[in-house]
Amino acid sequence: MSNIQYPNSEEEIAEIVGKANADATTIEIVGGGTRLGLGNPVNADMQLSTSKLSGITLYEPGALTIVAKAGTPLVEIEKALAKEGQHLPFEPADYRPLMGSKGEPTIGGVVACGISGPKRFQGGACRDCLIGVRFINGTGDIVKNGGRVMKNVTGYDLVKLLAGSFGTLGILSEVSFKVLPLAEKTTTIVVEGPAHSEAIAALSKAATSPFDPTGLAYLPADDKAARVLIRLEGFSNQLEYRAERVSELLQSFGTISRLDDKQHLDIWQQVRECSKFAGRAGSVWRVSVKPGDADGFLNRILNEAELEYFLDWAGGLIWVFACDETLGANGGSAGVTTILRNGLSGIGGHVTLVRASDKDDVANSFQPEAPGVAALSAAIKQQFDPANILNPGRMNASQVKAG
Amino acid sequence: MSDISMPIPNVHIMNERSQIIDRLLSELGEEIVIHDEAETIAYECDGLAAYRCPPLAVVLPRSTEEVSRTLKLCSELGLPVIPRGSGTSLSGGALPTADSIVIGVSRLNEVLDIDYDSRTITVQSGITNLGVSGEVSGNDFFYAPDPSSQLACAIAGNIGMNSGGAHCLKYGVTTNNLLGVKMVLMNGDIIEIGGGHLDPAGYDLLGVICGSEGQFGMVTEATLKILRKPEGARPILLGFDSSEVAGACVSDIIRAGVLPVAMEFMDGPAIIACERFAKAGYPTDVDALLIVEVEGSPGEIDEQLTKIKEICQRHDPAVMRESESAAQSDAIWKGRKAAFGAMGQIADYMCMDGTIPTSQLPFVLGRMQEMAKHYGLEVANVFHAGDGNLHPLILYNANIPSDLEKCEAFGADILKLCVEVGGCLTGEHGVGIEKRDLMVYQFNEIDMEMQLRVKDVFDPQWLLNPAKVFPIDITHARRNNNHQYKAA
Ligand SMILES: Cc1cc2nc3c(=O)[nH]c(=O)nc-3n(C[C@H](O)[C@H](O)[C@H](O)COP(=O)(O)OP(=O)(O)OC[C@H]3O[C@@H](n4cnc5c(N)ncnc54)[C@H](O)[C@@H]3O)c2cc1C
Repeated sequence: MSNIQYPNSEEEIAEIVGKANADATTIEIVGGGTRLGLGNPVNADMQLSTSKLSGITLYEPGALTIVAKAGTPLVEIEKALAKEGQHLPFEPADYRPLMGSKGEPTIGGVVACGISGPKRFQGGACRDCLIGVRFINGTGDIVKNGGRVMKNVTGYDLVKLLAGSFGTLGILSEVSFKVLPLAEKTTTIVVEGPAHSEAIAALSKAATSPFDPTGLAYLPADDKAARVLIRLEGFSNQLEYRAERVSELLQSFGTISRLDDKQHLDIWQQVRECSKFAGRAGSVWRVSVKPGDADGFLNRILNEAELEYFLDWAGGLIWVFACDETLGANGGSAGVTTILRNGLSGIGGHVTLVRASDKDDVANSFQPEAPGVAALSAAIKQQFDPANILNPGRMNASQVKAG
Repeated sequence: MSDISMPIPNVHIMNERSQIIDRLLSELGEEIVIHDEAETIAYECDGLAAYRCPPLAVVLPRSTEEVSRTLKLCSELGLPVIPRGSGTSLSGGALPTADSIVIGVSRLNEVLDIDYDSRTITVQSGITNLGVSGEVSGNDFFYAPDPSSQLACAIAGNIGMNSGGAHCLKYGVTTNNLLGVKMVLMNGDIIEIGGGHLDPAGYDLLGVICGSEGQFGMVTEATLKILRKPEGARPILLGFDSSEVAGACVSDIIRAGVLPVAMEFMDGPAIIACERFAKAGYPTDVDALLIVEVEGSPGEIDEQLTKIKEICQRHDPAVMRESESAAQSDAIWKGRKAAFGAMGQIADYMCMDGTIPTSQLPFVLGRMQEMAKHYGLEVANVFHAGDGNLHPLILYNANIPSDLEKCEAFGADILKLCVEVGGCLTGEHGVGIEKRDLMVYQFNEIDMEMQLRVKDVFDPQWLLNPAKVFPIDITHARRNNNHQYKAA
């Protein structure tokens, strides 16, 4: 698209949006452009890039806080934190391989998509670590909420509302996080062999132990045998103790082994970035369920269609893949989405289409909300962006600009 | 800001009091409606007891459906509603007005589901905070947010205020442990948001409901995260000759990569008061005490405490006392847990609740003592140091009429200072009425307008806890345009 603007400041964004609001020009917001495929496609009159709003504005390791402009590359933040032995505890993932996108992921994009990696079930989500935002709403007002301290209940928590709003409520200009120390040492225990029901039981056993695993995933058999992965963290001198306890706890589920440091890092990167389904023709979904419901859900959907999957978040996150052939046999991405949503009936949870092989056919990437809740969400959108100019339609396909 | 004022009660409502009560009784039933003035007086205040006003009536529903019927009726009549949990709010969040109906959740205290595999519990919202941990404690689980009021306060109020506690540095506050709610909107609609699964699709409504101080709807059920207890925990008591040094030690511990579950701070006046009251064995000749607690296996605990002691040594501590038994651990916590009671024995007090960046700790504590001199009032500090959440307790004498005013002015100055150094007005107690008029120091008009628009969405009539959180002149138009009483 030729019409792309690169504002240098919050004020410039406000000016652009104010004008756009007045003449109903729609805007697609671009951070690094690496996640534009997430959510429903946006067809806007212009693009606005946050890439010139870049840089860490404050970092106090002793207070566990970092503040950065929204266009700051994620790597820059991760590097600064790593230098002090700290990190973003929600483990943001790089989806470039999965989405087949290029560019540099920005921290604003991470927040807007609200995406959290394997540590989410233990260390919290992006929205849990986010403690402050500055943003420009759909009428061009500059708004702040939250701040740079981790305990803050002053007024309503709009920070949460902005996290994961896919740029539909406002254009983020600055974000603040609570960060945490990195563990001295991490390791992965592998339990080889179990089919999904036993694997889910093993994950539950580890999750309900006092050993506080920070990663709990399951990779079903492919060309390799099925594996339950348990990531543990702690002090160098103490980690062996946890590893031994967990190994004892799970020995009845299969053959126990340990990954070496490189394998350990690689495998969690693969889980985080969903590498298993990257570069393959087909569609990818994230399904969020109560871990206790994962087994029942899998039993239902695996009966319905030829699907591949793997589990993260102790069974609470199920990544599902359908190859083009499966899509063809089941009514495309929309058809498989229906199968997955039906699989949730009576148990709760939600299905999000992350990458569609045949995007044009898909009505909505996101699970529709119950009518009462959808009405509240629509009313909130109306309050933040009355002319519906910010990323129109990204979260709700029916919200595309009329005419 | 002294003498926080509430809007004048609606005269029409006051004039038709008895007709309104008749409507409540006939439509809701006398089992759940309290209107006798001898009984409504029990609901005249919350933990901010300097402000009192009995409501017109109190309704104590026994089910979500009864909450729904009650709200629908109040909505039809245009009656202001004050949602109430256990009434322990320290900011006046549950303070009634004379023309309001208090709806309390004290009868909604059932546990609906415990799912250890998913590590969740679903409860009705009137259950106490400690009650939740009690339900799962036998299986070695707990619910992490632990306000000092946990014996009394309800999950409803915890959600209303997004409450915290001593162990939040590691486990987060209510919002980080809340997975779903069932909530009744002012018009009586029942909605469900979230559940046991993580990160529901759509806007994070749960996130903005948590901490909305009873202004969005009445929460009747909640799904909460429960955690497996660690193998063990042990505190260490550290004493320093100055608050500055203690503050620097806190920051160094965090920087060193140790993440204690709790780091509680007490200054000189607080130490003396707590020791006199609780006889916990605290040294009374130090200027600052830290209680630092770590968790894990015995080896992990030892290792963390060794690291902490090393760091502490660099700051030349006056006292370093590691607990060696469960009894000693209890003793170390005993004084801290008794802090509020201890201060109450000495004087009346107001408990402030600002948060500051921890790097500003020494400066802010120093400034606070200067202000204390200026106002001629004493201040004692007991607070969560790891996250910078201060609790200055300002001592005053309620029998001296000008003292409360002075105390409020002093409190306001402290909170403004918190904002000036990059912090905020309230870390966990909520704005309520107490900090309502100070919101302008933290937020500009646009910042507040965006928040008010969210209330417009949830409660277009502006009937739920209407005169709280924002300065009343700012909400005046909304409250008066929308909130029109219709004859009972
Ligand atoms: C001695 C003492 C120690 C304390 N220590 C702490 C502490 O360590 N940390 C901390 O965070 N707080 C603390 N508090 C403050 C207080 O206990 C908390 O704010 C608590 O969460 C209030 O719960 P409650 O049930 O008493 O709520 P209430 O006081 O009844 O109400 C609190 C707010 O929630 C709203 N509300 C109540 N019920 C509902 C509902 N069903 N739906 C929607 N909104 C509702 C109310 O309208 C009000 O705005 C302390 C208080 C005392 C007295």
